[in-house]
Amino acid sequence: MPLARSVKNIGHRVINAVWRIGYAARFFALILLSSGLSFRRFQLTLKEIFFTGVMSLIIILVAGLFVGVVLGLQGYETLKSYGAASALGTLVALGLVRELGPVLAALLFASRAGSAMTAEIGLMKATEQLAAMEMMAVSPIARVVAPRFWAGVISMPILAAMFSAMGVFGGYIVGVLFIGVDEGSFWSQMQASVDFQHDVLNGVLKSFVFGVAVTVISLFEGYDAPPTAEGVSGATTRTVVQSSVVILLLDVILTAFMFRGI
Amino acid sequence: MSAQPLVEIRDVNFSYDSRPILKGINMTFHRGKVIAVMGGSGCGKTTLFRLIGGAIKPTRGEIKIDGQTIHDLDQKGLYAMRRKMGVLFQFGALFTDMSVYDNVAFQMREHTDLPEEMIHDLVMMKLHAVGLRGTHALMPAELSGGMARRVALARTVALDPMLILYDEPFAGLDPISLTVVGNSIRRLNNALGATSVVVTHDVQESLKIVDYIYFIADGVIVAEGTPAEIHASDKPFVHQFVHGEMDGPVPFHYPGGDYKRDLGVSA
Repeated sequence: MPLARSVKNIGHRVINAVWRIGYAARFFALILLSSGLSFRRFQLTLKEIFFTGVMSLIIILVAGLFVGVVLGLQGYETLKSYGAASALGTLVALGLVRELGPVLAALLFASRAGSAMTAEIGLMKATEQLAAMEMMAVSPIARVVAPRFWAGVISMPILAAMFSAMGVFGGYIVGVLFIGVDEGSFWSQMQASVDFQHDVLNGVLKSFVFGVAVTVISLFEGYDAPPTAEGVSGATTRTVVQSSVVILLLDVILTAFMFRGI
Repeated sequence: MSAQPLVEIRDVNFSYDSRPILKGINMTFHRGKVIAVMGGSGCGKTTLFRLIGGAIKPTRGEIKIDGQTIHDLDQKGLYAMRRKMGVLFQFGALFTDMSVYDNVAFQMREHTDLPEEMIHDLVMMKLHAVGLRGTHALMPAELSGGMARRVALARTVALDPMLILYDEPFAGLDPISLTVVGNSIRRLNNALGATSVVVTHDVQESLKIVDYIYFIADGVIVAEGTPAEIHASDKPFVHQFVHGEMDGPVPFHYPGGDYKRDLGVSA
């Protein structure tokens, strides 16, 4: 019975997916419970901040600059037709701070740092390094996973802020320096319309949520990866795909709550 | 030193997904001895190893280490017990993001409050014991397989464990490294007054260094004895294993259908 088999197949996949979500939630809870060491010996977390945060800086800054330049160009073309070219600063800043900064920085963070985390943890598992640590009476969750989690959570909002700052600078370069929008109105309109709490803090909150989601997915996929070459490569792919979808989904939810007041 | 054995394994059974791996295993590891557990690939050696380390629980039976039942301990008790154990993994399992020095210092930093100067001296002594003091600044990726195994050995004995477990310590080593690792196991065991359990299928190398040998096949102990007894054994399985014969109680051919029929040359 092919029909019965495919129904069974679907059911099996659904059960599997639900089971994995539960497992990931338990994993997340375990990370939080084992986080003491990450703060008692903060240099462990600091080292990971260097690898995940500082090493992602270049791609974040370059991408931020490009996105800002494109926003400046596209925004100017649209605003000009309504005679509102002087509002370019507002458009660039709001677009970046509310949406593009947190979302694009998180997507880049997932592909740059998240995939690296998954591959590293997956390979540590495949080469029995995690088992060895466990046998030395050192919890791998506390010693290896939790510092990486906090490093990701701390780095993400800072990276998103830098992405936005670089983007505003890109918009300034193309809008003011090349196209010739009035510098005074570019900055003053931006200052007048970007609200610190409503726009900036909400953007930071978004990037914090994305940071938690991306790092938990990356670490879980690495920790759960089958200890083989295909297992680790599959887990790395899943990290990037799942992180991207989750970031965009969370963005929909967060935006709805933050900016429409549902 | 008490006369009570360090490890007692009583009637241990273990099944994986209702597939029995170990069936009624009884073993006694006396203090100060080096014991080998031998058997072909897939006979349950590694499972036994994981049971002793407390990584998995037996389906039936009990494993006592230093008077404590390992599978009844909670996480804290298990970790306290593991601090007194050292485990050498098959390929060393060195932490690839740390230097040789940091690998050996790892447990000292995690479990003790020793000042860094003392850790330095201890690490150097441990590395010296395996002849690799000169490699302390290297990363694990820069070591050969045999050297990595010896560094892992130095890391295993970092906190002077009372029980040392070796998972296939001889796998994939050249003859020189083989002798060096074999001798180190014996020497370190004597120097530390520890008990060592070597899970291996390297007969010749282990017969040279161990005090007692258990043979496992299909999840049961098929033979045991001192190296002299094993050499003299006329049991077919032991004979086949010790002399590396192709066919015997362990068949060369995996059970299959009729050969001629598979080739399509007869009805």
